[in-house]
Amino acid sequence: MMNKSNIPEVGANFAEGEQGKWGMVIDRDLCTGCQACVAACSMENNVAFVGEEDSGYGRSMHWIRIERFWEGEYPEVKMTSQQPVLCQQCGHAPCEPVCPPFAAVHSQAEQLNLQVYNRCVGTRYCANNCPYQVRVFNWRDYTDDRLDPALVTLKNQYNPDVTVRRRGVMEKCTFCIQRIHKAQDKAKSEGREVADGEFTTACAQACPANAITFGRVDNPESLVSQLAGQNRGSKLLEELGTLPQVTYLNGG
Amino acid sequence: MTYNQQRSDKVSAPHAGHHKTEEHFREQHLMLDPMPRGQMNDMVMDSMHTTSWKFWVVFAILSAIVAWGLFYSWGKMILEGLGIAGVNRPAYWGIFLVNTVFWIGISHAGTFISAILRVFKAEFRRPFTRAAELMTTFGLIQAGFSIFMHMGRVWLSYWLFPYPNERGLWPNFHSPLSWDLLAITTYLLSSTMYLFLPLIPDLAMARDRSTGWRKTFYKVLALGFRGTEGEWVHLRNAMNIFAFAIIPVMFSVHTIVSWDFAAATRPGWSSTIFGPYFVVGALHSGMGAVVMVLAIVRGTMKNMKYFIRPEHFEAIGKLMLIISMAWAYFFFNDYLVQWYGGDKWTKQLLHYHEAGPLGWMWFLMLIVNIAIPWAVLWNKKWRSTPWITFTVGLLINVGMWLERYIIIPISLSINRMPFTWRLYQPGIEIPLGIGTLAFFILLYMAASRLIPLVPVWEVQEGQMAHSLKKFGRETVVTVSELE
Repeated sequence: MMNKSNIPEVGANFAEGEQGKWGMVIDRDLCTGCQACVAACSMENNVAFVGEEDSGYGRSMHWIRIERFWEGEYPEVKMTSQQPVLCQQCGHAPCEPVCPPFAAVHSQAEQLNLQVYNRCVGTRYCANNCPYQVRVFNWRDYTDDRLDPALVTLKNQYNPDVTVRRRGVMEKCTFCIQRIHKAQDKAKSEGREVADGEFTTACAQACPANAITFGRVDNPESLVSQLAGQNRGSKLLEELGTLPQVTYLNGG
Repeated sequence: MTYNQQRSDKVSAPHAGHHKTEEHFREQHLMLDPMPRGQMNDMVMDSMHTTSWKFWVVFAILSAIVAWGLFYSWGKMILEGLGIAGVNRPAYWGIFLVNTVFWIGISHAGTFISAILRVFKAEFRRPFTRAAELMTTFGLIQAGFSIFMHMGRVWLSYWLFPYPNERGLWPNFHSPLSWDLLAITTYLLSSTMYLFLPLIPDLAMARDRSTGWRKTFYKVLALGFRGTEGEWVHLRNAMNIFAFAIIPVMFSVHTIVSWDFAAATRPGWSSTIFGPYFVVGALHSGMGAVVMVLAIVRGTMKNMKYFIRPEHFEAIGKLMLIISMAWAYFFFNDYLVQWYGGDKWTKQLLHYHEAGPLGWMWFLMLIVNIAIPWAVLWNKKWRSTPWITFTVGLLINVGMWLERYIIIPISLSINRMPFTWRLYQPGIEIPLGIGTLAFFILLYMAASRLIPLVPVWEVQEGQMAHSLKKFGRETVVTVSELE
């Protein structure tokens, strides 16, 4: 028998003005564009390397990317700023309602936007509908070591906590949900709440300039809430009403 | 002067040279050129049985193209992944979706011609309803191929269907793709039934006139139809129900296809006019395809010059002209409202359509979809000429394919994150697209040898209803209501 709790809800159960659970603050002024977050994220989340040719054709699979902005034409180019862009973990995510088999779902426990890899059939509608263009698709079997002998050794550094994805499925940033779960389990076994700053995402951990901060946005005492509340924060494409959980800081 | 006086004046003072002779009517109109029923049946059976070596050469070439383009290429893509296609970020959807929308559009005109013209009792429809309905079913098969090719893990595509399972999981009915799947399935089933119903009397005719395996084939398909009054009453009732019911289904299907785009948050896609714009666009390409099929059938099949005449190209040409005008209106409306909306990304996209690296497609689309049909089809003599209407139909289909190409991969190249902008270059989509086209033609060729391509009973019915009467020197066409 079906009961209502089996039917996944589309969208979060919070409205505009309210806060989600986990959030991030990225300081554009501190970011140096060093790409350490990109490398750390790829290591942590078993993100596949697609090779030079596919990468040049817009098929790189990084869950976080550094967007560079410049003025002028080559060779008179002046770099103006750069921003890391990752899944904004929208409260009203446009990717969720369009997925026909319910592979893009909203997790009620973590208030995150999750991709269920083994439910994905690869219609790629979610990626089209994502205004931030942060979803990446497994165009080929990038993780099959029979196709690329270099992967035989590279496989040894896979993170055992994260699924290795096969061809034909969509994937995206999860806010390192495996780290969230690990910290929650540890805190639960010790009979306490997860403390602010006890753990962080791979990108935030790797950032040498401390431009990325991760934590609970529903706790006003947390560092991420305090940074976001400095009146110099903005959100990407806020006008679309997607309720993103990542705040960008500008002009400090 | 009263109305009656006016009329009697006209009748009493006829212009001598304006009398149309009986021969003139017979030559112009199939309905007024009756033929003994046995002879007509033999003509249609003969056209099915006459197969020249040219047919088999084309058949073999097309089979090879289907084997290479459709089955080998698709198998390779299933094994290696979508990497061998041209789709990338941000153009996650490419020619696969272009072809899906294109084939659904083609399939539209079949039902349109058949159902709408049957409901309105347009007499010129009679010889070619079957040819048009076949296009619907075969076009939808190609649309199905295209949409399943596009999926990353097609072997799991049954997850999109609402079937009961132990996990208690249904497909997501919030997703326009789920609506799409249900709409297309409904359309495929109903249009196939609608194709089959008027086919039954012709299958029975063929059964009574064939031997060997063909006899068995028609015997099974004709469902024991003998032509009793009761059978005709049931058949007419069923056809009536389907003809009326399929019209809203047809409108809904392409509206729902348009919602795949219109319900998304992308600039250039989230346009409220997309529903009717897509329906008209589908009819535009579909009418062009019908005219192409008729010209080819008339030119290549035996005895078809009797059934398909310039009057039919003339009538379809008029419809094409009207639909071209309607399409122009919706195109302009869509463009104007999006431009007037003033969203900076939409404005950038509209500029990119015209002035981007593929701007020539945009201009070519307008020339072949609007300028050429308007310039050619207004002329009765030109639109009655099969090869001219065929060329216009071909160009319209090129234009409508380009329209979908502009809406899908070109519009996807531009989004709200300029860092990800990138052009789309087709890869294995090209052999796959050619494969669907070859498969469509192949199915049509096979069908032309197996089932009567002309609804014989419908033509005979029309010819029985029409007659020429002489009133003084004037020859007048009279029609009686049979149904």
